[in-house]
Amino acid sequence: MNLELILFYLFGIVAVGSALLMVTRRNPIVSALYLILNFICLAGFYLILHAQFIAVIQIIVYAGAIMVLFLFVIMLLNLRDERSLLDGFSWKKMVAGGLSAAILLEIVYIILSSTGGLPVQQDPRSLEIGTVEFIGSQLFTRFLLPFEVTSLLLTAAIVGAIVLAKKKLD
Amino acid sequence: MIPLQYYLVLSATMFLIGAAGVVARRNAIIVFLSIELMLNSVNLTLVAFSSFLGDVTGQMLAFFVMTVAAAEAAIGLAIVIALFRRKQTVNLDEINILKW
Repeated sequence: MNLELILFYLFGIVAVGSALLMVTRRNPIVSALYLILNFICLAGFYLILHAQFIAVIQIIVYAGAIMVLFLFVIMLLNLRDERSLLDGFSWKKMVAGGLSAAILLEIVYIILSSTGGLPVQQDPRSLEIGTVEFIGSQLFTRFLLPFEVTSLLLTAAIVGAIVLAKKKLD
Repeated sequence: MIPLQYYLVLSATMFLIGAAGVVARRNAIIVFLSIELMLNSVNLTLVAFSSFLGDVTGQMLAFFVMTVAAAEAAIGLAIVIALFRRKQTVNLDEINILKW
């Protein structure tokens, strides 16, 4: 058992466990903190996959910026504790759990039974395509149009967020 | 060397935990957090395929998914604040003015 596999199992167990805890906790702040733990595990997976740039922006943008926004809003609203997912029975929860488990079994069966077309090991080029240098050069040549459209999207999001969240003037 | 199937199964597991959270939880904030979890599990699939195929397009797509997620989080949380100001709740069962 090599180091890579040990790290994979460690990150995998923590990621799935924190995802389950995130969905079942009662307090939204605790949920958000578990989601941050999950994002850090995902950054570990990206490092195993040689995607350094994506791993770094996963930590900075996701676990940093976006989750801080969530925590700000949760603390701003000062929500009361609601009922946990685990106490109390309802058909909605049964349907959600049952459907998810059924679809998961189906997907796992499909993935494990069709090994023919999938690549078996990491491409040797993956060592160089994940670097900031390569991604930056691709972003400003081959993906220039989507990159510029992204700035429009973010501008629209900023304006929209301010318009939606401000108090009515009238 | 970890097979690609491990990543796909892990990503599907996390995606469906998020999907179950969206259906079962009634707190709007936790529904948003579940959606973020689903977006991230898809990102894991994209980066895994990118690494195994030696093609940078998957990582680019993951990068753009992160941008869209940032925009979505900003707009979604602004909607939650506006709703809370109007109805004093974020319980999705009590926000039913569009339900006919």
